[in-house]
Amino acid sequence: MPFNPFVIPFNIGLYFIILYVVARGVVWFRDLPRTDKLRMQRGFFGRPFILSIKEIFMEGLIHRKIFKVNPVLGYMHMSLAFGWFLLILLGTIEADIFGEKHLNPPYKAIFFRFFNPDHGTAGLAKHYGFLMDLILALILSGLLIAIIKRFWSGIVGMKRTANLKFLDKVALTSLWLIFPSRLLAESFTCGAYGSGSFLTGSLGTALAGFLPAEIMAYPFWWLYSLSLGTFFILLPRTRYMHIPSEMFLIFMRNSGVRIGDQYGSCADVQIHACSSCGICLNVCQLSTSADITNIQAAYFVKGLKREDDVFDIALNCLMCGRCDEACPVGIELGPLRMIHRRAGDPPKDTMSIWSGYLRLRNQNIQDNGESHITAFQYLKPQPVKKGPEVLYFAGCMTHLTPGIPIAMRKIFEAAGIDFDFMDKDGSVCCGRPLTLAGKDREARELIRNNSDAIWRSGAKTLVTSCPICYKIFMESYHLDVEVLHHSQYINRLIEEEKLKLNFLNKSVIYHDPCELGRGSGIYSEPRRVLIHISRLGKSNHEKEDALCCGGSLANLKIDRRKITDIVSDVVEELTLSNPDYLATACPLCKKTFGKADIKAGSEIKDIAEIVAMAIVSEPPEAIELKKRTKLEKVSL
Amino acid sequence: MHNKEKHIVIIGGGTAGCVAAGRLAREGYRISLIEKDKKPGGKINNWYQLFPDRRRSVEVTDYINKEIDHPLIDLMTGTELDKVKYKNGKFSISTGKSDLGQADAVLIATGFDLFDATRKEEYGYGIYDNVITSLDLENMFHSGDILTTKEEIPKRVGIVHCVGSRDEKVGNFHCSKVCCVTAVKQAIEIKEHIPDSEVFCFYMDMRMFGPYYEELYRESQEKWVVNYIRGKVSEVSENIEGRLVIKAEDTLLGKPIRMEVDMLVLMVGMQNAKAGLNLQDKFGIQTGVNGFFRIRDNHYGNNLSNVDGLFYAGTCTAPMNITDTISHARAAAVEITEYLSKN
Amino acid sequence: MARNFGFAPIKGRVIDFDRNDKRVFEYVLEREPSFALCIGCGGCAATCSAANFTEFSLRKLNILIRRGENDEVRKIVDRCMLCGKCTLVCPRGVNTRNVVFLTREAFEEFDNYAI
Repeated sequence: MPFNPFVIPFNIGLYFIILYVVARGVVWFRDLPRTDKLRMQRGFFGRPFILSIKEIFMEGLIHRKIFKVNPVLGYMHMSLAFGWFLLILLGTIEADIFGEKHLNPPYKAIFFRFFNPDHGTAGLAKHYGFLMDLILALILSGLLIAIIKRFWSGIVGMKRTANLKFLDKVALTSLWLIFPSRLLAESFTCGAYGSGSFLTGSLGTALAGFLPAEIMAYPFWWLYSLSLGTFFILLPRTRYMHIPSEMFLIFMRNSGVRIGDQYGSCADVQIHACSSCGICLNVCQLSTSADITNIQAAYFVKGLKREDDVFDIALNCLMCGRCDEACPVGIELGPLRMIHRRAGDPPKDTMSIWSGYLRLRNQNIQDNGESHITAFQYLKPQPVKKGPEVLYFAGCMTHLTPGIPIAMRKIFEAAGIDFDFMDKDGSVCCGRPLTLAGKDREARELIRNNSDAIWRSGAKTLVTSCPICYKIFMESYHLDVEVLHHSQYINRLIEEEKLKLNFLNKSVIYHDPCELGRGSGIYSEPRRVLIHISRLGKSNHEKEDALCCGGSLANLKIDRRKITDIVSDVVEELTLSNPDYLATACPLCKKTFGKADIKAGSEIKDIAEIVAMAIVSEPPEAIELKKRTKLEKVSL
Repeated sequence: MHNKEKHIVIIGGGTAGCVAAGRLAREGYRISLIEKDKKPGGKINNWYQLFPDRRRSVEVTDYINKEIDHPLIDLMTGTELDKVKYKNGKFSISTGKSDLGQADAVLIATGFDLFDATRKEEYGYGIYDNVITSLDLENMFHSGDILTTKEEIPKRVGIVHCVGSRDEKVGNFHCSKVCCVTAVKQAIEIKEHIPDSEVFCFYMDMRMFGPYYEELYRESQEKWVVNYIRGKVSEVSENIEGRLVIKAEDTLLGKPIRMEVDMLVLMVGMQNAKAGLNLQDKFGIQTGVNGFFRIRDNHYGNNLSNVDGLFYAGTCTAPMNITDTISHARAAAVEITEYLSKN
Repeated sequence: MARNFGFAPIKGRVIDFDRNDKRVFEYVLEREPSFALCIGCGGCAATCSAANFTEFSLRKLNILIRRGENDEVRKIVDRCMLCGKCTLVCPRGVNTRNVVFLTREAFEEFDNYAI
């Protein structure tokens, strides 16, 4: 079997990384909760596995999602990942078909040209050589973009590139060296032997014209092998760990494993799956509007990997979900932040790459059973009216936007609904603001107090005007009533023809509140309501791409003046078409919009207020008459 | 060159614009006075009585009208400035209707806008019937009837200071200066109209900066028993009977206070007029952080802009009362006279 | 300790400003500079969700922290529900929620040294 000492670095690197990745995967799997283990086991023998293969191909190799956001960046990732994959695959086949024997060790495929310098001068082998050169050219073109991006990031359309640490830089350099050294090594060899195709062949002939090709080739083969070896050895300690981690994550996700609310295996996989691509930096309004550029998801995740104190970064975030939505790897960035808000600064050893081998199982679950003296003992059971059809919970913020509850009252009355205004004299907070600050235990006391009042009322439906309340009602309250946001409820009243509305000839742009849209997935109901009564237009930021008003309660740390910066940009962007109304469905958005200078002619309205304006005012007798005729029709 | 051949354009025919026009006309300059409304006088036309002595505002309006009754003043009401060209210290100005020709100096006296109280939604202006602004109350004084929308005489009236002033939430960091004393004046007037009513002023700080203001404040306490509560009102709601319920903290007691009132008067603050801000790009002038036009020096250049030949008078530079506005306008006239005699 | 020869001010009646521990104040102010902007208008206390049910005034809390009256601060600071209404009404743009959050954090931080 042909052998040359220069293949040793490559071999060491390769076997190290294979062993490391396997071991790492085993540790990740071992540390999963039992139910998640079962999910993964089931997934391995079922559909999730096939789905994952497909997704790894589409996202890990082709990088479809990055392509969608930014084609040049997508091409860069695709040419490197998919190109390299093809080079290995086709190289192995090449070595297998054209080598002297089948089933070669991996290095034979990688250094095929060195061991078969005169290969591929005619016939099928020549065509195959052309293919291999083509792939190398593809990779090199991607590499060129990567280098340009690092030094002039504006060119590739990215505004910012994530900063790198030292080991990343070494790994990056070795990665950059791999393909140029391969090109030169192959070219010199081909030049010496007169072989090679359009790339290596032509370059080789040209170089051989004025250089001693045979002598020059050998050091480049060494360089090629060394850079590969270095890259593999450094991989676990650098951001390139994202390559194996992402594959693991895709399979985990398809098997139904989620990050949960505590730091564990799944969170660990997720932070390692971040490639620092920087897409999250450009969608973050804290950076684009408020010039806060050190707290974005990529930096947060990097901080976690480095075991920095990320508590303040975790808190300095609007939790609007725009980065979650944009992340091409699908890391659960919001929940990841929540974990660190809850835990403060979590124990370091649970996050270390190496301590994964050493740490005891489940040691990170800390509940010392200390009895907690409740802070909210002053809360007494709330007085409730028994048995209304609908219980209306305005929410704390809504008390500062009285236009909304007044509109809701009009709507209930127009539709003839028996309702009770649960918090008309002031709310017991829903608990979501505490949750967002990482104080789950305290939030539970508020949840208990409100749940109790809701149960005792005996209402079947709970309607709230505040998306923040809505989200926690849905997620953390265990109620046996139906919970609706008022936009959903109004939509239902319209569909059931309980609410007769005029068409207002007004142009409207709808702003999706974060907690209602990305947070709870409610996009269509508010739009259906608005289409029913107005000319609903489109802004440049609809649905998943909606902007955050900037007033989010989730950010404890932001300077109030920065909120003004954000909301001014948002309002300007959303009123580009000079709509009569800029509609939203959240008291906090509405209040925050009030900070901005609104263009003359546009007004900020909650969806409920617009609906209330459209209510057909009929004398009560006429309504009565209609009801009767309707009943008669039914009875006929 | 004779003064008569010099031409000055004054934008804004309120107190400042008119007073400056009169002064400059008497110096012999030719004046074009542009006013967007149908009659000159500006905001003072809406006011019924003035602090601190509660004289009728028509007396001051009469004075202003006399000022502009001069053959050299060409008053153009219902007119707005359209185009401006600036070259070698001369302005060529046209309105939508006509070309005013070349001007040797321009005076901006565009005044202020009252804060749009609907922006403070928690106070319920435009939502609840009996929440009104200080301007609405002046209109009631004009008509002679202070009545709720149900045509009833209010038994208790609340007055909220600092609405749209000193408020980061609406981007107005400045103090509008005159609202405190306006509140005191209006409280007295309410008591004068309805002697058996109760009036409560909710204030953050009482700023009685002018001559006889403190005396007016004393009078309101001594003679009219107006109540002062130190605390910002933060929420207003309506109860079933349609009475307004206000929530504040009685900060001097350290307890929250809840109170029903029949009428709530919002002391809306001043901000630079939209009409004035529209001139910003046309003249290339700047505003300060408070949104008013930036003067060249806070002490001795408070009529000067960053453009040679362009001057300011009145509340387009900062909140002012009428006395200060008139002084500021006269000072502008002096500055312009000096500028024109040099050039 | 026989300081002041038996004329030590009765605790709770007089603010012993020179002896009071201002570490909580410094801790909060350093991390939330807007804390310094309060003018004591009481808007926060008026709108407060918790104040509907219990004695809790953010305005008072603010001043107590400044004076180093930490025992009183400790008594009430946990009553806040962090709902954020106060932050929405503050005319000075004080990040009141963070003030409460940091005050609690400061107590946790300094508790080992007993304030």
